[in-house]
Amino acid sequence: MKGCDRLLKYISRRLLYTLVLMLIVSIAIYFIFDWLPIDPARLNCTKQCTPDIIEANRHRLGLDVSVMEQWWRFIQGLFHGRVYTQGAECPAPSFGYSFNRHECVTGILAEAFPITLSLALGAFIMWLSLGISLGVIAAKNKGKFLDKASSVFVLVGTSLPTFISGILIVLFVVLKFNIVNPLELGDWHNPFIDPVGWLKTFFFPCATLALAYAATYTRFTRSNVIETSSEDFIRTARAKGLSEKVILRKHTLRAALAPIVTIAGLDFAGLLGGAIITEGIFGLSGLGRLSVKAVTETYDLPIILSTTLLASAFVVVMNLIVDIAYAFIDPRVRQS
Amino acid sequence: MSKFLEVKNLSVSFPTEDGVVLAANDISYSVDLGETLAIVGESGSGKSVTNLAVMGLHNPQRTQITGQAFINLESGPVDVISAPTEVVRRMRGKTMSMIFQDPMSALHPYYSVGDQIAEAWGLYNSGSKRDGFARAKEMLDLVGIPDVDKRVNEFPHQFSGGMRQRVMIAMALVNNPSLLIADEPTTALDVTVQSQILQLLGGLQKEFNMAIILITHDLGVVAEVADRVCVMYGGRIVENASIDETFYNPLQPYTVGLLNSIPRVDKLGSHRLSAIPGQPPSLINLPRGCAFEPRCQFASSVAGNLCKTTNPNLDEKSTDHFARCHLSTTQLHQLLAKNESGAK
Ligand SMILES: Nc1ncnc2c1ncn2[C@@H]1O[C@H](COP(=O)(O)OP(=O)(O)OP(=O)(O)O)[C@@H](O)[C@H]1O
Ligand code: SF4
Ligand SMILES: [Mg+2]
Repeated sequence: MKGCDRLLKYISRRLLYTLVLMLIVSIAIYFIFDWLPIDPARLNCTKQCTPDIIEANRHRLGLDVSVMEQWWRFIQGLFHGRVYTQGAECPAPSFGYSFNRHECVTGILAEAFPITLSLALGAFIMWLSLGISLGVIAAKNKGKFLDKASSVFVLVGTSLPTFISGILIVLFVVLKFNIVNPLELGDWHNPFIDPVGWLKTFFFPCATLALAYAATYTRFTRSNVIETSSEDFIRTARAKGLSEKVILRKHTLRAALAPIVTIAGLDFAGLLGGAIITEGIFGLSGLGRLSVKAVTETYDLPIILSTTLLASAFVVVMNLIVDIAYAFIDPRVRQS
Repeated sequence: MSKFLEVKNLSVSFPTEDGVVLAANDISYSVDLGETLAIVGESGSGKSVTNLAVMGLHNPQRTQITGQAFINLESGPVDVISAPTEVVRRMRGKTMSMIFQDPMSALHPYYSVGDQIAEAWGLYNSGSKRDGFARAKEMLDLVGIPDVDKRVNEFPHQFSGGMRQRVMIAMALVNNPSLLIADEPTTALDVTVQSQILQLLGGLQKEFNMAIILITHDLGVVAEVADRVCVMYGGRIVENASIDETFYNPLQPYTVGLLNSIPRVDKLGSHRLSAIPGQPPSLINLPRGCAFEPRCQFASSVAGNLCKTTNPNLDEKSTDHFARCHLSTTQLHQLLAKNESGAK
């Protein structure tokens, strides 16, 4: 079981590395927001602004200490919870307190995240299954009708931006054919309690996102399957007497799809941070819209910090997951 | 008596943008169980293309194949060229097996060698995965891989080139095939490993009474193992004879050239090592005359510009010795004798 040992060591090393990376990223985010030429303490201060009021604001918002101290308080809040002013107390894990909304940020995130997760996961499943199967079909029928049809799909999918495809879908499928009541467009339904309601809300936004991604995955799968099919080890598989079905399933796809794990993981992680355009079009109150609103309307620093931090955490953690998955898939990675 | 494999008038061509590549042109040869046929020729002469056709491994959409290749089974002969693909597939790995030129890329990088051998075994045997691995270990042991209990679970990248080629041999032989096509099994390996692999193949052949087709571009390799030699040039067979006839009485100037390019112990002294100057012919639009003519030192000795205008037939120059040349046996012998005395 030496291979197993090595794998465990590899995973723990990667875990440690990820933790350090997360710390660095979070510190960096604090410094970046400190550099921005916007002062939240001044924004909350109306016409009769005096330095005293600004100072008081600054203290109230927790901005009167050094950046490192702010960061440290944030980390403490994550583990122990935090009292912000009288009455504003958030239990652990606390991501901060929004003075605009008079709510703990954790609660706000907890409300937005399931929406973003629904959207990302639904789209992910759709585009992976669609992209991979279309890619395989195109590769197996290289140069024939099905290949050409799929290349039209690829062209449309890659050249049509989501804000256009999304609006078209809203206009036609939702409004014209009235599949979803426009007033209920962005309503949240718990998929475990009301799966049909959930599907009504999320099917079309997921499809919008999936369309854009599926095209890229179709092209990627097609070229990888074609390339792998001409590998010597595929000829070996055929020389053994394996059937074409087994060769495709067990030999070609295994090698052709391994690189997809990497890009699929990172694409998915990117979406978990929020799909700004799609959420906007379909009126979904996910992390993407939450961030946009916090930046453009309220300049709600705790929310901006948390969503940014969350988005980068998704990417960093997904990187870890992808690397570990790759070690399982490719023995050459596992051994080195 | 018909032999186990009989290839008759096999031609393989590939339509490409530049024209039709005629890679194998009217090829006939045969090999029997327990016998080794060597197919020799320069790179690009069509050795692999011919034998891939026998295995049914060409892409049918991009290849035109004519002719026949009979495998004479106890149940009767099967022409693998015209037989349905499913029939040929079920012969692959069991009736006929092939090992390939480059052991580095011929094994799947993501599966352990045990897995890959067991998969081949499982195709023609009913048994658990564990049985397959037990059989894989047996085979790895047979081909001389040490410490099989550990190595059976290792992956191709953990093996050296010579060891990988042994794995390939183990995999190709796991179902006791009657015919083994070894496509330059030793080209990528260093000299000592080369002779080990060839000895291994020879030993296994005796044990299992296999027919072996050994493809190589090195006549030197052939001497120790082959019973018969086919020399290929420009997609055609130019000489087909027993091993002794090929080495001691070559009847085709290209074969003579090949023999001159290997160091030989028996002719030491009178012999100068020389490679054949010039390039092999293009396989698109073959010349009307002899394909070897531009490189042949004897072409001018043939009367009436015949070498340029007419392609010679593969004639039986002496009993069971076929050669493709306008020169008669005596003419060639005279020219060779003259060359030899000139060299001295
Ligand atoms: N699929 C193909 N399409 C077009 N041409 C091909 C194809 N496969 C082989 N050829 C051509 O056919 C010729 C014979 O190739 P082949 O692989 O049989 O040579 P070879 O004798 O095995 O040489 P080597 O010693 O290099 O392996 C070459 O010129 C090659 O370029
Ligand atoms: S036919 Fe002429 S050119 Fe061809 S090998 Fe014989 S002598 Fe040389
Ligand atoms: Mg070859």
